[in-house]
Amino acid sequence: MLRARPQLEEARMTTPMSSPGGAVASPPGPVDSQPDEEAGRRAILRRRSLVSGIFTAFGLALIVGAVTYVAVYGFPEWALTSETTVQKLSLMVLAIAIFVMVMTLILGVVERVKGMRPSLIAASFLAPAVIGLAFGLVWPAIDTIRRSLLDRTGREFVGLDNYVTALTQAEFQVVLRNTAIWVITVPIVATIIGLVYAVLVDRTRFEKAAKILVFMPMAISLVGASIIWKFVYDYRPVLEGVPAENQPAQIGLLNQIGVWLGLEPQQFLLGAPANTFYLVVVMVWIQAGFAMTVLSASIKAIPDDIIEAARLDGLGGFKMFRLITVPSIRPALVVVLTTIAMGTLKVFDIVRTMTGGNFDTSVVAFEFYRQSFVQQNKGMGSTLAVILFLLVTPLIVYNVRQMRKTEEIR
Amino acid sequence: MSVDVATPLREKLTRAERRAIATKGKLTSPWASLAAVVIAVLWTVPTFGLLLTSFRPEADIKNSGWWTWFANPSVTMENYSTVLSGSSTSFSTYFVNSIAITLPAVFIPISLALLAAYAFAWIPFRGKEILFVAVFALQVVPLQVALIPLLTSYVQWGINGSYWTVWLSHSIFALPLAIFLLHNFMKDVPASLVEAARVDGAGHVTIFFKIMFPLLVPAIASFGIFQFLWVWNDLLVALTFAGGTADVAPLTVRLAELSGTRGGDWHLLSAGAFIAMIVPVVVFLSLQRYFVRGLLAGSVKG
Repeated sequence: MLRARPQLEEARMTTPMSSPGGAVASPPGPVDSQPDEEAGRRAILRRRSLVSGIFTAFGLALIVGAVTYVAVYGFPEWALTSETTVQKLSLMVLAIAIFVMVMTLILGVVERVKGMRPSLIAASFLAPAVIGLAFGLVWPAIDTIRRSLLDRTGREFVGLDNYVTALTQAEFQVVLRNTAIWVITVPIVATIIGLVYAVLVDRTRFEKAAKILVFMPMAISLVGASIIWKFVYDYRPVLEGVPAENQPAQIGLLNQIGVWLGLEPQQFLLGAPANTFYLVVVMVWIQAGFAMTVLSASIKAIPDDIIEAARLDGLGGFKMFRLITVPSIRPALVVVLTTIAMGTLKVFDIVRTMTGGNFDTSVVAFEFYRQSFVQQNKGMGSTLAVILFLLVTPLIVYNVRQMRKTEEIR
Repeated sequence: MSVDVATPLREKLTRAERRAIATKGKLTSPWASLAAVVIAVLWTVPTFGLLLTSFRPEADIKNSGWWTWFANPSVTMENYSTVLSGSSTSFSTYFVNSIAITLPAVFIPISLALLAAYAFAWIPFRGKEILFVAVFALQVVPLQVALIPLLTSYVQWGINGSYWTVWLSHSIFALPLAIFLLHNFMKDVPASLVEAARVDGAGHVTIFFKIMFPLLVPAIASFGIFQFLWVWNDLLVALTFAGGTADVAPLTVRLAELSGTRGGDWHLLSAGAFIAMIVPVVVFLSLQRYFVRGLLAGSVKG
């Protein structure tokens, strides 16, 4: 469409110039100008549909040609090379341009072919998305389930062996235990902090600024957040037999605070199971902003009369919070808890960046990556992916139900 | 004006302001204020510490904590120039990669989803309900489930480790949520508006561009910023499909690698982390309104 536009403009602009030419032949008069204009309009339409027709046919030919070329010869080398900045950016522009063309083509065909059946129009609008989803999600999901029943090379059928290993072997049980720790603590702690903060800053003078502070970590990548916190946990080895004032300075904030309080510096990320909780802190730090935003909105949506009535009954402070605020936003609380739980189940960046999955900190989402792409045990990797799938599903079902309920209440 | 004077003061205030007056005194408890301040500090100090560190000379970083900077301030930009153009780090290359990955990966799924969402919302066809529920249900699938088979296909086609794989994967993974969200927004467009256009002889394409698109700009913005942050900050998809090469890998991959190989070099890590953060933070702050709207519309990607 974006491309078709200039051509349409052109067609529109040339017609007024040509119509006076046509007007010379017919005698000028107020009576005749009416059908003449009508003819001019029809000419415009004809020319317009001709232009868009040529364009559509050209685009169709180009795309069929390109697809055939790729199918026969494979991707051309230049499309896979991105060594220089110019190459990178041109490829980027090319990708977007190809895409604009595909879109234009679909819209062009739909607009051009008159009397197209609605189902056919729907099919052409849906085709790219449905093909994409079938190729990129549906088929891979089925294939992964199949692979989870195969051995590490993907050749031999081993039945449920991978699942038995994943659920019974000691090293995987640590992974499952850690996942449980994550999925229980992160949603609860993040939601509590988000809720308390939302209530505390609600309708204060500095509400907006205060919210941005807690909200900001959501914009940061999990890798960036992990580095921020790794620095907080940084540890400088304590030298034996050296007096306290000559010890190397701690540059991690947490250890320095410990030193100020008279504690020994320690390596936070090494000792299991405490280290998992230090990683959990990072996820809480990121998710609290989400909890705060959603909960704050639903707190503001509590009807005035309820609060007014409660106030007249003498409720205030903590009692108001416990008896009015929390029950009123219960559906939102559930949605926030389940949403954070789902995000937490899939998190792998934090574990990878902070400990590399060592020191008993691995979780299912990270172990999936390690088994699939580091250990090259695709069978086990697929099994862990399926387990992840099974863990997430009930949460989503529950979440959707709650959302429906919330919408009904509204 | 005269009306304003006549109305009582109470009426002139907005609902929020009246609520503010009614709830005034809630925060007068010193404990409540203290709790709010503690949370705010905990949420800012770690970032601030690393930011300050990124401007300190390397020797200072190694020998003293960032909090000593206030007693002994010295500022340098050297960490940034080393990270950006140093031969062993070259973040500027990866910065370009991040941009080249992100823009198409935001643009493509939005356009595809717009088309599909329009079909679901306004074109009657058989099997619509079932297909829509199926697309919606695909949100359940964690993308881990798709990685191994997709990688196998990409390797077979010989396009593994190129931008195409990353664009394609991100676009597909974004579709279920994007279609669901944009469909919800499109459904909210009054049917009378669409009917009126149809009576005037407008086809689906015209309705799509002239009516839906302008009304949907806020919705597109909220999904767009979501997808932008998701793709820019993503590690898993990039790591799996792009690998670690300077030709394709984005900033997150490079940063994670740096953290693994040179975990003690805080002068590089701190500056590198902020180079990776600056774009999403700026986008986020300037489009915050849309982001919040997207969040509240249930657009939470897992």
